[in-house]
Amino acid sequence: MARSVWKGPFVDGYLLKKAEKARASSRAEVIKIWSRRSTILPHFVGLTFGVYNGQKHVPVLVSEDMVGQKFGEFSPTRTYYGHSADKKARRK
Amino acid sequence: MARIAGVNIPTNKRVIIALQYIHGIGQKKAEEIVTKVNIAPERRVQDLSDAEVLQIREAIDRDYVVEGDLRREVAMNIKRLMDLGCYRGLRHRRGLPVRGQRTHTNARTRKGPAKAIQGKKK
Repeated sequence: MARSVWKGPFVDGYLLKKAEKARASSRAEVIKIWSRRSTILPHFVGLTFGVYNGQKHVPVLVSEDMVGQKFGEFSPTRTYYGHSADKKARRK
Repeated sequence: MARIAGVNIPTNKRVIIALQYIHGIGQKKAEEIVTKVNIAPERRVQDLSDAEVLQIREAIDRDYVVEGDLRREVAMNIKRLMDLGCYRGLRHRRGLPVRGQRTHTNARTRKGPAKAIQGKKK
Protein backbone atom coordinates (compact mmCIF):
# COMPACT_ATOMS: atom_id res chain seq x y z
CA MET A 1 0.00 0.00 0.00
CA ALA A 2 1.25 3.46 -0.82
CA ARG A 3 2.21 5.95 1.85
CA SER A 4 -0.39 8.55 2.90
CA VAL A 5 0.10 11.84 1.12
CA TRP A 6 -0.53 13.95 4.19
CA LYS A 7 2.61 12.59 5.83
CA GLY A 8 4.80 13.91 3.06
CA PRO A 9 7.83 12.06 1.74
CA PHE A 10 10.05 10.31 4.27
CA VAL A 11 13.61 11.61 4.46
CA ASP A 12 16.14 11.18 7.24
CA GLY A 13 16.78 14.66 8.61
CA TYR A 14 20.52 14.62 8.39
CA LEU A 15 20.39 14.24 4.60
CA LEU A 16 18.82 17.66 4.20
CA LYS A 17 21.67 19.28 6.09
CA LYS A 18 24.31 17.34 4.17
CA ALA A 19 22.74 18.15 0.83
CA GLU A 20 22.52 21.82 1.67
CA LYS A 21 26.15 21.90 2.68
CA ALA A 22 27.17 20.21 -0.56
CA ARG A 23 25.10 22.70 -2.54
CA ALA A 24 26.75 25.63 -0.80
CA SER A 25 30.28 24.34 -1.22
CA SER A 26 32.16 23.32 -4.33
CA ARG A 27 29.77 20.50 -5.36
CA ALA A 28 31.07 17.54 -7.34
CA GLU A 29 31.95 15.53 -4.25
CA VAL A 30 30.22 12.36 -3.15
CA ILE A 31 27.95 12.71 -0.15
CA LYS A 32 28.23 9.51 1.84
CA ILE A 33 24.90 8.35 3.23
CA TRP A 34 23.65 5.27 4.98
CA SER A 35 19.98 6.13 4.76
CA ARG A 36 18.79 3.88 1.95
CA ARG A 37 15.21 4.30 3.13
CA SER A 38 15.01 8.01 2.34
CA THR A 39 13.02 9.36 -0.56
CA ILE A 40 14.89 11.28 -3.24
CA LEU A 41 13.63 14.86 -3.18
CA PRO A 42 13.54 17.30 -6.11
CA HIS A 43 16.28 19.46 -4.65
CA PHE A 44 18.72 16.53 -4.53
CA VAL A 45 18.83 16.55 -8.33
CA GLY A 46 22.33 17.03 -9.68
CA LEU A 47 24.10 15.96 -6.50
CA THR A 48 26.07 12.75 -6.20
CA PHE A 49 25.36 10.51 -3.23
CA GLY A 50 27.36 7.54 -2.06
CA VAL A 51 24.63 5.15 -1.02
CA TYR A 52 25.83 2.45 1.34
CA ASN A 53 25.01 -1.10 0.32
CA GLY A 54 26.42 -2.83 3.36
CA GLN A 55 29.90 -2.96 1.93
CA LYS A 56 30.71 0.30 0.21
CA HIS A 57 29.17 3.57 -0.87
CA VAL A 58 27.84 3.27 -4.41
CA PRO A 59 27.96 6.62 -6.20
CA VAL A 60 24.55 7.68 -7.48
CA LEU A 61 24.17 10.79 -9.58
CA VAL A 62 20.62 11.92 -8.94
CA SER A 63 18.70 12.79 -12.09
CA GLU A 64 15.26 14.26 -12.65
CA ASP A 65 13.60 10.88 -13.15
CA MET A 66 14.82 9.49 -9.85
CA VAL A 67 12.74 11.86 -7.75
CA GLY A 68 10.27 9.91 -5.66
CA GLN A 69 12.28 6.69 -5.60
CA LYS A 70 14.24 5.59 -2.57
CA PHE A 71 18.03 5.82 -2.40
CA GLY A 72 18.34 2.12 -1.70
CA GLU A 73 16.88 1.24 -5.08
CA PHE A 74 20.03 2.47 -6.77
CA SER A 75 22.53 0.59 -4.69
CA PRO A 76 22.13 -3.19 -5.03
CA THR A 77 22.94 -5.16 -1.89
CA ARG A 78 23.50 -8.53 -3.49
CA THR A 79 26.16 -9.73 -5.89
CA TYR A 80 25.18 -12.62 -8.09
CA TYR A 81 27.42 -13.80 -10.86
CA GLY A 82 25.23 -16.65 -12.05
CA HIS A 83 25.80 -20.38 -11.90
CA SER A 84 28.81 -21.95 -13.55
CA ALA A 85 26.61 -24.17 -15.73
CA ASP A 86 24.61 -21.46 -17.45
CA LYS A 87 27.47 -18.97 -17.91
CA LYS A 88 27.26 -19.30 -21.67
CA ALA A 89 23.51 -18.91 -21.64
CA ARG A 90 23.47 -15.46 -20.04
CA ARG A 91 24.51 -12.15 -21.61
CA LYS A 92 22.53 -11.57 -24.75
CA MET B 1 -18.47 -6.62 -38.26
CA ALA B 2 -17.69 -3.50 -36.37
CA ARG B 3 -14.33 -1.86 -36.14
CA ILE B 4 -13.71 -0.12 -32.86
CA ALA B 5 -10.39 1.32 -31.72
CA GLY B 6 -8.26 0.29 -34.69
CA VAL B 7 -8.08 -3.33 -35.60
CA ASN B 8 -10.55 -4.88 -33.24
CA ILE B 9 -13.52 -6.62 -34.75
CA PRO B 10 -15.76 -8.03 -32.04
CA THR B 11 -18.56 -10.09 -33.57
CA ASN B 12 -21.93 -11.49 -32.71
CA LYS B 13 -21.46 -11.27 -28.96
CA ARG B 14 -23.15 -9.11 -26.38
CA VAL B 15 -21.80 -5.58 -26.35
CA ILE B 16 -20.07 -5.71 -22.94
CA ILE B 17 -18.39 -8.98 -23.85
CA ALA B 18 -17.36 -7.85 -27.32
CA LEU B 19 -15.77 -4.66 -26.00
CA GLN B 20 -13.48 -6.72 -23.82
CA TYR B 21 -11.73 -8.02 -26.93
CA ILE B 22 -10.04 -4.64 -27.02
CA HIS B 23 -6.69 -4.56 -25.22
CA GLY B 24 -7.13 -2.28 -22.23
CA ILE B 25 -10.85 -2.80 -21.75
CA GLY B 26 -12.06 -5.31 -19.23
CA GLN B 27 -15.29 -5.94 -17.42
CA LYS B 28 -15.35 -2.66 -15.55
CA LYS B 29 -14.49 -0.35 -18.40
CA ALA B 30 -16.85 -2.18 -20.75
CA GLU B 31 -19.63 -1.58 -18.24
CA GLU B 32 -18.70 2.08 -17.93
CA ILE B 33 -18.75 2.60 -21.68
CA VAL B 34 -22.09 0.89 -22.11
CA THR B 35 -23.76 3.02 -19.45
CA LYS B 36 -22.11 6.15 -20.80
CA VAL B 37 -23.52 5.75 -24.30
CA ASN B 38 -26.85 4.36 -23.07
CA ILE B 39 -26.86 0.99 -24.76
CA ALA B 40 -28.41 -2.02 -23.07
CA PRO B 41 -25.56 -4.42 -22.28
CA GLU B 42 -27.57 -7.45 -23.45
CA ARG B 43 -27.72 -6.26 -27.03
CA ARG B 44 -25.49 -7.86 -29.62
CA VAL B 45 -22.94 -5.91 -31.60
CA GLN B 46 -24.46 -6.95 -34.91
CA ASP B 47 -27.80 -5.27 -34.18
CA LEU B 48 -26.33 -1.97 -33.12
CA SER B 49 -26.93 0.87 -35.51
CA ASP B 50 -23.99 2.63 -37.14
CA ALA B 51 -24.67 5.70 -35.03
CA GLU B 52 -24.41 3.67 -31.84
CA VAL B 53 -21.18 2.06 -32.94
CA LEU B 54 -19.84 5.50 -33.73
CA GLN B 55 -20.85 6.68 -30.26
CA ILE B 56 -18.97 3.81 -28.65
CA ARG B 57 -15.94 4.50 -30.80
CA GLU B 58 -15.93 8.15 -29.81
CA ALA B 59 -16.38 7.38 -26.13
CA ILE B 60 -13.36 5.07 -26.21
CA ASP B 61 -11.21 7.51 -28.18
CA ARG B 62 -12.06 10.28 -25.76
CA ASP B 63 -11.75 8.63 -22.37
CA TYR B 64 -9.59 5.52 -22.58
CA VAL B 65 -6.08 4.52 -23.52
CA VAL B 66 -6.31 1.29 -25.45
CA GLU B 67 -4.43 -1.02 -27.79
CA GLY B 68 -1.24 0.40 -29.29
CA ASP B 69 -1.16 3.51 -27.14
CA LEU B 70 -1.60 1.48 -23.98
CA ARG B 71 1.06 -1.01 -24.98
CA ARG B 72 3.42 1.84 -25.78
CA GLU B 73 2.71 3.49 -22.43
CA VAL B 74 3.45 0.28 -20.53
CA ALA B 75 6.61 -0.35 -22.54
CA MET B 76 7.76 3.22 -21.89
CA ASN B 77 7.20 2.81 -18.15
CA ILE B 78 9.31 -0.33 -18.12
CA LYS B 79 11.98 1.30 -20.27
CA ARG B 80 12.10 4.25 -17.88
CA LEU B 81 12.80 1.90 -14.98
CA MET B 82 15.49 0.11 -16.96
CA ASP B 83 17.27 3.32 -17.93
CA LEU B 84 17.12 4.63 -14.39
CA GLY B 85 19.38 1.91 -13.04
CA CYS B 86 17.13 1.21 -10.09
CA TYR B 87 16.42 -2.19 -8.61
CA ARG B 88 13.14 -2.68 -10.43
CA GLY B 89 14.86 -1.83 -13.71
CA LEU B 90 17.56 -4.39 -13.06
CA ARG B 91 14.96 -7.07 -12.46
CA HIS B 92 13.23 -6.21 -15.72
CA ARG B 93 16.54 -6.39 -17.56
CA ARG B 94 17.33 -9.78 -16.08
CA GLY B 95 13.84 -11.11 -16.77
CA LEU B 96 13.28 -11.94 -13.12
CA PRO B 97 10.29 -11.16 -10.90
CA VAL B 98 10.19 -7.47 -10.01
CA ARG B 99 8.11 -7.40 -6.85
CA GLY B 100 10.20 -9.38 -4.44
CA GLN B 101 8.87 -12.87 -5.12
CA ARG B 102 11.05 -15.86 -4.44
CA THR B 103 13.23 -17.17 -7.23
CA HIS B 104 14.72 -20.19 -5.48
CA THR B 105 11.82 -22.14 -6.90
CA ASN B 106 8.90 -21.09 -9.09
CA ALA B 107 9.01 -17.69 -10.84
CA ARG B 108 8.47 -19.64 -14.05
CA THR B 109 6.26 -16.98 -15.60
CA ARG B 110 9.16 -14.55 -15.71
CA LYS B 111 12.00 -17.01 -16.18
CA GLY B 112 10.36 -19.08 -18.89
CA PRO B 113 10.40 -22.88 -19.10
CA ALA B 114 12.85 -24.61 -16.77
CA LYS B 115 16.22 -25.37 -18.29
CA ALA B 116 17.81 -28.70 -17.48
CA ILE B 117 21.05 -28.39 -15.55
CA GLN B 118 23.80 -30.75 -16.64
CA GLY B 119 25.38 -32.96 -14.05
CA LYS B 120 22.75 -32.30 -11.44
CA LYS B 121 22.23 -35.36 -9.28
CA LYS B 122 18.89 -37.15 -9.46
